[in-house]
Amino acid sequence: MTATATRPAGAAGGDLSAVTRSEAALRTFLHGLPGVDQVGAEARAAMLGTRSIKTTAKAWALDLAIRMIDLTTLEGADTPGKVTALCAKALRPDPADPSCPRVAALCVYPSMVPVAAPLLAGTGVHLASVATAFPSGQAPLPVKLEDTRAAVAAGADEVDMVINRGAFLSGRYLEVFDEIVAVKEACGPAHLKVILETGELATYDNVRRASWLAMLAGGDFIKTSTGKVHPAATPPVTLVMLEAVRDFRAATGRQVGVKPAGGIRTAKDAIKYLVLVNETVGEDWLSPDWFRFGASTLLNDLLMQRTKLATGRYSGPDYFTLD
Amino acid sequence: MPFEYAPAPESRSIVDIRPNYGLFINGQFVDAKDGELFKTVNPATEEVLAEVVAAGQSDVDSAVAAARSAYDNVWRDLPGRERAKYLYRIARLVQERARELAVLESIDNGKPIRESRDVDLPLVAAHFFYYAGWADKLPYAGLGPDPKPIGVAGQVIPWNFPLLMLAWKIAPALAAGNTVVLKPAETTPLTALAFAEICQQADLPPGVVNIVTGAGDTGRMLVEHPGVDKVAFTGSTEVGRAIARSLAGTRKRLTLELGGKAANIVFDDAPVDQAVEGIVNGIFFNQGHVCCAGSRLLLQESVAEEVLESLKRRMARLRVGDPLDKNTDIGAINSAAQLAKIRELSDIGSAEGAERWSPPCQLPDRGFWFAPTIFTGVSQAHRIAREEIFGPVLSVLTFRTPAEAVEKANNTPYGLSAGIWTDKGSRILAIADKLRAGVVWANTFNKFDPTSPFGGYKESGYGREGGRHGLEAYLV
Repeated sequence: MTATATRPAGAAGGDLSAVTRSEAALRTFLHGLPGVDQVGAEARAAMLGTRSIKTTAKAWALDLAIRMIDLTTLEGADTPGKVTALCAKALRPDPADPSCPRVAALCVYPSMVPVAAPLLAGTGVHLASVATAFPSGQAPLPVKLEDTRAAVAAGADEVDMVINRGAFLSGRYLEVFDEIVAVKEACGPAHLKVILETGELATYDNVRRASWLAMLAGGDFIKTSTGKVHPAATPPVTLVMLEAVRDFRAATGRQVGVKPAGGIRTAKDAIKYLVLVNETVGEDWLSPDWFRFGASTLLNDLLMQRTKLATGRYSGPDYFTLD
Repeated sequence: MPFEYAPAPESRSIVDIRPNYGLFINGQFVDAKDGELFKTVNPATEEVLAEVVAAGQSDVDSAVAAARSAYDNVWRDLPGRERAKYLYRIARLVQERARELAVLESIDNGKPIRESRDVDLPLVAAHFFYYAGWADKLPYAGLGPDPKPIGVAGQVIPWNFPLLMLAWKIAPALAAGNTVVLKPAETTPLTALAFAEICQQADLPPGVVNIVTGAGDTGRMLVEHPGVDKVAFTGSTEVGRAIARSLAGTRKRLTLELGGKAANIVFDDAPVDQAVEGIVNGIFFNQGHVCCAGSRLLLQESVAEEVLESLKRRMARLRVGDPLDKNTDIGAINSAAQLAKIRELSDIGSAEGAERWSPPCQLPDRGFWFAPTIFTGVSQAHRIAREEIFGPVLSVLTFRTPAEAVEKANNTPYGLSAGIWTDKGSRILAIADKLRAGVVWANTFNKFDPTSPFGGYKESGYGREGGRHGLEAYLV
């Protein structure tokens, strides 16, 4: 849908820089994006949820889902001990099965980055840190930027920032944009995931606009939620965001990743998301480089289903580590 | 790396297809007196499923006599709440046997199991539940204080939604106190015969529902039978015309639900991704074997290119193949004859200069298959813009203004359904008001509900099925 981006004034031929030159241009662009029909989007996501993924396809999908996990702990009660244990889990999710792949990344608060960094260095498992006064984002910009720099300096190679929902909902799009640009700069070489907190944006039209805003500002990933707000990730929200990254690549040539986070707890749910990716944006996004799950409890269900598929038997939850 | 879905076939073992079937008359399966045998096949494999009887004149006579006797002696005078009990019972039995009936429907018809499971069967049960609720409330239907049933209804249904069309016909007829003789389509008799078993299971009084199988001749004998008081037909406009002619001047009442060439109108402010889903659902749902299919896509020129690009990308994801695979989107064409008709009209489309496009797709070697197809550069003068193809073939036209969209949408001898895609509520209301179509969908397509009346304008027929309006056809 290249014309999506070419329809609003000022955007043409892959260069969208003109649309962020002024508040008015940005607003015109975002409000010129095609609307999302709520009923239709939810029906499409529900229909894709009926796909039946069995046998070899299931085995493939389970391993891919494990490789896409950002294994997350974001609690006030996090301690170095807890994070150390989770690092071990990230590196060897299933101690009983060496063929089990590693997860994509560990996701922690900035204060825990110094603990995890040495444990993950050189393993191929990324270290993500939330930043920018996660989860509310209600802090002055210099504090958010310092938060980001500290996390990167301590060894995080991925930063999960939250957008300023207050500014977005009151229509100050350029403020949201400028903030993302500033955080992206503060990230330096680290990958930036932009959390839209779709549960607070409320409408799919807002989700689509926020997605474009984050991508225009240079986000490498767009992420649904902090996990602290209900509802968190849902299939229709993820569908709308996948359509946005698809259209953005068609318009600009740049590919952006998607990360649903929060509320995805079962292997069955994870596979539904993979089907959504497959039938909306295709195989280009079916890789941990372009699609992630932000989750904590999902991993063990994936491991259980994986063992069941391999052995034909369900083993109890006590056979999988709780970290 | 591509995500290949492993085969996920629904088990066939749940259905028990007998090698041959008789006719269901007066509560019993009986052998035909003078009928010939014919075979019903699985259109996905061409495998013969069962032998079925083409009922002859004396069989139709017995069926009508049984319906008359049940009407006079039992059903007409049964209190509405008692008739409702039978209908509720049938609805629950349909739900209990839904999986089996869905598999049987897919085997005999060729439609994907996802549709028979998620659309056809839930709607069948919903229709019986809905009209069961009306049976004891007929004085409140707005048709007078004490509306009466008509008598014996002769009903002839098509092959595209075999069990659902049966439900549309039988549920209101029985709720209103009529008895019926129903003829299922020649190529899809099996779910109607399974429904006969359900009538037995429900202890429905003998003769209230009779099912006679056969082809066009049997249908003609039924609708022309002097013992029939009311005829209801769903099928082609050509046959509908013949029935109307043969019934002219008789006391019989007639409702017809015939063909269509629906316009699906996409305005430039439409929610594009959902509109594309609606276009796909409008024409490729049930292989396009839908009388209300959105077979003419009218795109506003300013977004035509964008929508077409999205549509083609979406079509490339359609999964064509084994109807029993739970991941199949498009199943088999119902019969060799229908396939030939679709091919013929598509070839005419190409010959008339429209541009034909199908996504790359591997069709099975055996069975009747047709790849989802769109024609662009179609004008109102092309035959593929005027004639009903009844297959997965979409004709794409463009328009510049709302007035032109309405003009083109209405410029057809049919008038069954239409679709409008726009984010502007006022435009939906204004355009819907001007469209000469019995059903107008806004930002959706092919949505059905037992509470909503369905029927056509012009050559799409007359009378309404569904909702309170659907009772009108079965009451005086």
